[in-house]
Amino acid sequence: MGLTLALLSLIVLIPLSAVGLKASEQSASEFLHAAFNERALTAYRLSFGAALIAAAINGVFGLLTAWALVRYQFPFKSLVNGIIDLPFALPTAVAGIALATLYAPNGWIGALLVPAGIKVAYTPLGVIVALTFIGLPFVVRTLEPVMRDLASDVEEAAASLGATRFDTIARVILPALAPAWLTGFALAFARAVGEYGSVIFIAGNMPYKSEIAPLLIIIELEQYDYAGAATIAVVMLSVSFLMLFVINAIQAWARRLAA
Amino acid sequence: MTISIRSVEKTFGRYPALNSVSLEIADGELLALLGPSGSGKTTLLRVIAGLEFPDNGQVLYGDQDMTYAGAAERRVGFVFQQYALFRHMTVAKNVAFGLDVRKGAAKPSKSEITQRVDELLRLVELGELGKRYPAQLSGGQRQRVALARALAVNPSVLLLDEPFGALDATVRKSLRKELRRIHDATGVTTIFVTHDQEEALELADRVAILNQGVIEQVGTPQEIHDNPVGAFVAGFVGESNRLEGEVKAGRFRIGDLQFDASGAVDGPAVAYVRPHELVLSQGGGEGTFGLVANHIAPQGAVARIDGTTAGGLRLEAAFARQAVADLRPGARLDLSVGRAYVFPA
Repeated sequence: MGLTLALLSLIVLIPLSAVGLKASEQSASEFLHAAFNERALTAYRLSFGAALIAAAINGVFGLLTAWALVRYQFPFKSLVNGIIDLPFALPTAVAGIALATLYAPNGWIGALLVPAGIKVAYTPLGVIVALTFIGLPFVVRTLEPVMRDLASDVEEAAASLGATRFDTIARVILPALAPAWLTGFALAFARAVGEYGSVIFIAGNMPYKSEIAPLLIIIELEQYDYAGAATIAVVMLSVSFLMLFVINAIQAWARRLAA
Repeated sequence: MTISIRSVEKTFGRYPALNSVSLEIADGELLALLGPSGSGKTTLLRVIAGLEFPDNGQVLYGDQDMTYAGAAERRVGFVFQQYALFRHMTVAKNVAFGLDVRKGAAKPSKSEITQRVDELLRLVELGELGKRYPAQLSGGQRQRVALARALAVNPSVLLLDEPFGALDATVRKSLRKELRRIHDATGVTTIFVTHDQEEALELADRVAILNQGVIEQVGTPQEIHDNPVGAFVAGFVGESNRLEGEVKAGRFRIGDLQFDASGAVDGPAVAYVRPHELVLSQGGGEGTFGLVANHIAPQGAVARIDGTTAGGLRLEAAFARQAVADLRPGARLDLSVGRAYVFPA
């Protein structure tokens, strides 16, 4: 117990408190300005907004993907199963460069979208694409074990009691999956908020437009404004902590139901 | 509801699960499907429920052909071995589910549903637990909830798949009595699957014995136990000594043992002798043989004796305690076979 706490402090708490200390080197007004100036606010909005949309997309498609993997047999299933984990394993910069190349106006997919007037690369849309790419495995892998657990006899029970297929899905299957689904959603969201490598190549990084908060921290660092960088870090840290707290609350709730 | 199963066949891959099974279940009857695992009893139950559809044959509810109707259309109440409760719903919500999902005019009002749920929870003696979640209940309580949930829709037939299989022995015993009581109170036609013969014989009005996808015998517990029609039933139901010997001129012979087998054809045969059908015989005479008691175990009013004949056959015998009160291990008993079931091998 003591050892775990000591390790935890060494690895996690000390660096985090250092961020706080660095940020507190400035006066209150300097802090507020660094934290909430127009450029920073836009960056937060993009980071959290794009992460939310990406997590929502992953919530829908991750649910379908997990269901297909658990319930159906199809050719190359193990290959598909492996590909799901690719965003976990791939260096994020590789993913970013690949996505940027594909979605650039002269890229394979980007060229197809140009006639429709849709620009993906170097816009907030590109940020969403990248964040969706890296978030999918979180939803799929969180849902899979729960779906496997959800014995098919529960569905048969619902059907024998006269429930239509729609009723069975809406009233039995989805509510049973909800805690895990929310957890997967929150994990994908958290990961997307902090994502850096895969985003910066496709985002274009235009201030006030497609600049994400983690990138802003790097920019501040490059200008030797350590306190300013730490300030943005503190804001992101607070939000992330809040989110993890919510995830844990959801998991505790899920465990209570599943016990 | 009368249920008729006519020449039903069902194959999984190349493995035949049901092989031309026919069975009539009378209205209000409590029937047990008994058999070893892999005998097809669960498949038969699922075919009756409409959770599985036969390759050939017919399933009739009354005189209505329901062979390919779904479970909901048949109005069956199905109870699963692993309860299959909706764990995100309270006990009351679980029980109400079948009424809650009805549409339009068929759906009872809120207060009617509440009343029905209360009534059912009282029936299964869980009156106070409506607000709990399944996770907060014991196994026996969960199975009672599953039972109440199945009964809520006023099923035409109640089907139970190994309903007590996941429970420990004492709970199983009390729930068995409970099922009998609930069946008698509701009068609903009930079919349950079990591999536990004690459960089947104690609980059911009639028992159907399945083996390798075929019904071997259907009858009252007494008929099944006392008049097995084949070697499988004789060996499967009740305890017995299995003897492989030969029938010659109406007598079964194996080593130094011989007894009456009138009616059996000459040739190699298998005989099943229940422990209590080995009787003490003072007189000597034909058919008497000696058994040396190796081990004596008291069991209620009965003493069970493990012994060996002079010819080296191991037999199990059971006597009233007072009849063998003075017997010590190593002593010799003079016995004869009172009754045996003899079938051609």
